[in-house]
Amino acid sequence: MGLLSDPNRRKALTNLLTRLNTPICIVCYLAAIVWFMGLAFEPFTLRTYMSENAMGSTMVEERFSSGERALSLAKEFDAHKRKAGGMPVEWLVKAMQARGLEVFTQSFSRKLPFPDENKERYMVGGRNVYGILRAARAPRTEALVITAPCSPGNSNNQAVGLLLALAQYFRNQIYWAKDIIFLVNEHDLIGMQAWLEGYHHTNITGMEYSPLQGRAGSIQAALALELSGDVITSLDLILEGLNGQLPNLDLTNLFYAFCQKLGALCTIQGKLQRNDWDTAEGYTHAAQTMMLMVLKQACGRSWGDHGLFLRYHIEAASIRGINSFRHYKTDATTIGRLVFPSSPGMLTVLTPVVISHLTGVALYLLPVHLQEMAVEHFPVSETEAVVLTAIAIYTAGLALPHNTQRLLSGEGTEQGWKVLKLTALLYLAVLLGCTALINFSLGFILAVTLVPITASITPHMPKALCALAMVLLSPAFTILYCVFIYQELIEAPVSVGEGWMLFLSVISQGILDHALYGSLVYPLLALFIYPCWLMFWNILFWN
Amino acid sequence: MAAPLTLLLIVAVTIRAVLFRSSLAELISERVEVVSPLNAWKRVVEGLALLDLGVSPYSGDVFHETPLMIYLFHFTVDYAEIVFMVSPYFVDCLSCLLASLDRAKIFRKQKYALESDRYPADCLELLRSPKEMFYIPLKVAMFYLLNPFTILSCVAKSTCGLNNAIIALFIFCTLKGSALLSGILLALATYQSIYPLTLFAPALLFFLQRLYIPVNLRRSSFWCFTLQYAFIYVGSLVVITGLSFFLLGSWDFIPSVYGFIFSVPDLTPNIGLFWYFFAEMFEHFRLFFICVFQINVFFYTIPLSIKLKEHPVFLIFMQIAIISIFKSYPTVGDVALYMAFLPAWSHLYRFLRNIFLVSCVLLACSALFPVLWHLWIYAGSANSNFYYAITLLFNFGQTFLIIRPLTRRRKHPGGFDNEVSCFKSSVWKSSLKS
Repeated sequence: MGLLSDPNRRKALTNLLTRLNTPICIVCYLAAIVWFMGLAFEPFTLRTYMSENAMGSTMVEERFSSGERALSLAKEFDAHKRKAGGMPVEWLVKAMQARGLEVFTQSFSRKLPFPDENKERYMVGGRNVYGILRAARAPRTEALVITAPCSPGNSNNQAVGLLLALAQYFRNQIYWAKDIIFLVNEHDLIGMQAWLEGYHHTNITGMEYSPLQGRAGSIQAALALELSGDVITSLDLILEGLNGQLPNLDLTNLFYAFCQKLGALCTIQGKLQRNDWDTAEGYTHAAQTMMLMVLKQACGRSWGDHGLFLRYHIEAASIRGINSFRHYKTDATTIGRLVFPSSPGMLTVLTPVVISHLTGVALYLLPVHLQEMAVEHFPVSETEAVVLTAIAIYTAGLALPHNTQRLLSGEGTEQGWKVLKLTALLYLAVLLGCTALINFSLGFILAVTLVPITASITPHMPKALCALAMVLLSPAFTILYCVFIYQELIEAPVSVGEGWMLFLSVISQGILDHALYGSLVYPLLALFIYPCWLMFWNILFWN
Repeated sequence: MAAPLTLLLIVAVTIRAVLFRSSLAELISERVEVVSPLNAWKRVVEGLALLDLGVSPYSGDVFHETPLMIYLFHFTVDYAEIVFMVSPYFVDCLSCLLASLDRAKIFRKQKYALESDRYPADCLELLRSPKEMFYIPLKVAMFYLLNPFTILSCVAKSTCGLNNAIIALFIFCTLKGSALLSGILLALATYQSIYPLTLFAPALLFFLQRLYIPVNLRRSSFWCFTLQYAFIYVGSLVVITGLSFFLLGSWDFIPSVYGFIFSVPDLTPNIGLFWYFFAEMFEHFRLFFICVFQINVFFYTIPLSIKLKEHPVFLIFMQIAIISIFKSYPTVGDVALYMAFLPAWSHLYRFLRNIFLVSCVLLACSALFPVLWHLWIYAGSANSNFYYAITLLFNFGQTFLIIRPLTRRRKHPGGFDNEVSCFKSSVWKSSLKS
């Protein structure tokens, strides 16, 4: 209090701050970037650890042996899928009932605000099938979910096959104290959203669905499986969920522990663990993995079916099997033992993981290492109309200063633009702070691009140069750079034309994600960040 | 003066009307910062439903409003939005008339004082020029009507707005010099929520000053007037309480309303200081800490009254601020009430160097409240400590905001005689859109 009430000391402090303003800003900015990149440097990171509440993964035995049955079920599922031309609901219902589960279906439908021709759909309707394995010994108050999406074509058959094989295996175990729900959802995220909304009796996205007939208690944790080949060399753990939410770190650590125990390869962002952290290549790989995670988290999409569970405070992760043509292949039984005993294994310890989340961490970035991933190609579509309108509104805002100069009071005065800059900077600071709290990666990316230019802008700088700099560092161009950087990091670089198409499809996905699942990135950028940027644009053209 | 005021009123009404009709209204009425268990609209509706069924509205521990409030809404529930938006407009029109009368009086006083050299030299800069003072009522109105806190409180249909209106009416009657009305309205305000009890002392001091009765415990004139005023106040309170008893036919409302306010059984997080402490406290010490926290609200009356007995109007402002910060279930509507009066002391602005810092703190906290709530309840990345940290910072900012004028005032006591009239006109201006 003394510092603030004593006028002399306060004056000295204020003078110091105003004199050293620029150096302090530059130092803080550089320190922030260096510190952030330092997260990828191994000595600064926490090793993966098990927090004290989690039951050790060593205490669980893995006993799954039905790998071949899983594969044959996968082939059957594929055949029926082709015959039905979509999801073979009747076959699934019969298969699950044969394994002693209580089976229910849910139908849903949704009309997208505009056609999504990435996935070629406009009116989406489908059915989810789920079976509940009731716990033999305990009251039915809690449940775990294992889910495999039903995708068109050749993908994910093995996942469904494994799901059914697992159901059969679990039926014979007597020690389950929670109900287990085996869910096969259609139309990936839309079906999952419909199921979750039906289960929790909410309706946040305007989806139409039939109410769920069967229910199993509050869901504690969920695993989503994506296996598309008979031969798998490594398992990729996908963590990023909607709005950049992440599951508890203990879940990741648990999975690592199991993979290590069984000698299977576990990857994050498609990259493997490396031990040479003190070399330049080692650090570069770690930094690349970290940047991949930052980009994925910042875009606010759910990168696996698990992402929608996180909103309901259910810890969930996706496991994707990857075949990268290594010499060391894992056969189906080992995968079964890994994934599935990771399942009895993981499922048994998921309860203590949930308890341990009180001490666990839900905000983290993982710099783990390298591999190939398939590139999804995004064709551009009729959504161009919507997307180009958004871009047009954005560009039209550039003309704002000429139209509003007359209306603003203090026009032409030094005082005027200083007050505006003060307000705009305060607004930007509060906005970036709140964004970073909710989705740190998004906040960081926006801060890195917006802060230098906005802090230094005045009407007295050379207008053309500064205008160009401002436009190049505006949110829209940030998205464009992120697209190119992302493509570089996943080792599938694109040309300028393709990059532009990707950029347009990213914007349309952002709008669709907001409409379908309630993702906040697009509204945040359009309604809050962009007006802030416009205020600084106005300052630049103050006359 | 009339034109800007009318424009202001139109803008304020438009904003509220638009928000009432949007989907944000439901979202806002569930925010814990805006509604508390004492003044939530949901609970009023619940109480009305119980009343219609013939059951006591206080059964079930949901409803904590006073019986007069139930009956008010019993007749106006279909027009609830209009009640919340329109009620102070009548009050506002009267204030325009008063403001113009007051201004003339202030300037006459100031002119005479200048001519008789009554102001010491260093206080000359504190004198207000006619132009500045002309706009103070408008500024106060703007500070209240366009304050986001007030707008949120109105859209959420929190009865805090009606409580604020009663307090504003009380201040108006006090400044007008009508002891009877002032006593009755104070009784009504106390009946609504107990804390305005502390406003008895400043009101009394104001009347004593106005009637030129010195505050001397040995003088009979002092006791004479005090007893009169106390009699009006206590009598009205008894009458109102008795009326409530006859309206509902039972004394249920006393434990439900006043017992609830004092014993703080509901620990839903809000912007106050009580919930966190009592959530983590052992039952053994609960009574002790309840007494400590509640005494904290009432205790400051004594030293402040002694210090500020020459300036009762400023004392009223301080008391309202202290109530808003330390009461058991504060909401942003309470905060908006005393914030509206800040422009009345804008002549102290030149000495309030920290007002920028405090405003930034309050702004940042207001933005962080919903973010940390989301992180705690929905995302699970935070816990109650984060939310309470922001609550603490918010209350610290508020405390700093009201302490500064107090210390500034203490250092420059001369030249504040005309703040009374100025405050009067600004009270009317601010009355008080819910």
